[in-house]
Amino acid sequence: MQDTKAAHPTAGTYLRVAAVLIVLTVIEVGVFYVPAFHPVLTPVLLALSAIKFVIVVLFYMHLKMDHRFFSLLFGGPLLLASGVMLGLLFLFGVLGLGP
Amino acid sequence: MYTSMGLDNRKMAFWAFIGSECLLFGSLISTYLIYQGRSLSGPTPGEILDIPVTSVSTFDLLMSSLWMVLALAAVQRGDMRWAKVWLFGVVVGGAIFIGFQIYEFTSFVRAGLTLQTNLFGATFFVLTGTHGAHVAVGVLWIFTLWVRALQGKLGSEHAMTVEIAGLYWHFVDVVWIVIFTFVYLLHK
Repeated sequence: MQDTKAAHPTAGTYLRVAAVLIVLTVIEVGVFYVPAFHPVLTPVLLALSAIKFVIVVLFYMHLKMDHRFFSLLFGGPLLLASGVMLGLLFLFGVLGLGP
Repeated sequence: MYTSMGLDNRKMAFWAFIGSECLLFGSLISTYLIYQGRSLSGPTPGEILDIPVTSVSTFDLLMSSLWMVLALAAVQRGDMRWAKVWLFGVVVGGAIFIGFQIYEFTSFVRAGLTLQTNLFGATFFVLTGTHGAHVAVGVLWIFTLWVRALQGKLGSEHAMTVEIAGLYWHFVDVVWIVIFTFVYLLHK
């Protein structure tokens, strides 16, 4: 069957991915404490968080190797959730609705 | 059991469940962000959040995700000795994360922050508490897999069962990656 035939990464790949995730987390926390980065703190942290998210989903959750339909099942609701978040933040932040 | 597309139906159903969980956590994170900085009284996030402690618990959860994939790889190659070691590691890692959260919640309550204190307290406890409940479910789930492995009832033929538990665990991890950034590092 297609999804079980997909070759999963080796233990070595998993360890390298973990090393990258640890380095990115150290950079995240480091950036938080370095005043020089404060003007660009938000975009830098959002980018680092997005990279970590994608790495875990692609390698640890195997979406890189698995059937594309699984990516659709995850990506569709994720896009919808992101859209809802942006919509709510626009309504309550930019337009000033709510308390 | 496979679908007409040749996909394992349990795995397909579980991805659909994870998709629905994206909407749940998306709504909780949105609520937190909408009410961020609108509390009329303290304690505020800047006064109370302990970044060094939470960084350690984040590291712990990331490591438990590594152990989960190593457990799956061990089950797939039929190496049950290492599968038991890694599954136990995931259970311990998850339990440590929950311990950190209990410590954080109790210290916040002692500092005067509860669900009823202000908007920050209400949205923070609901968001991180819901995530913590998911971690607790994951710990119980993987603990049962570890017990089955100890009993000799988990083998390479059950790799899909371990993979699905792993999908849940990694989803809990990616949700924490987002929460750690938005709640802890980008607080106002």
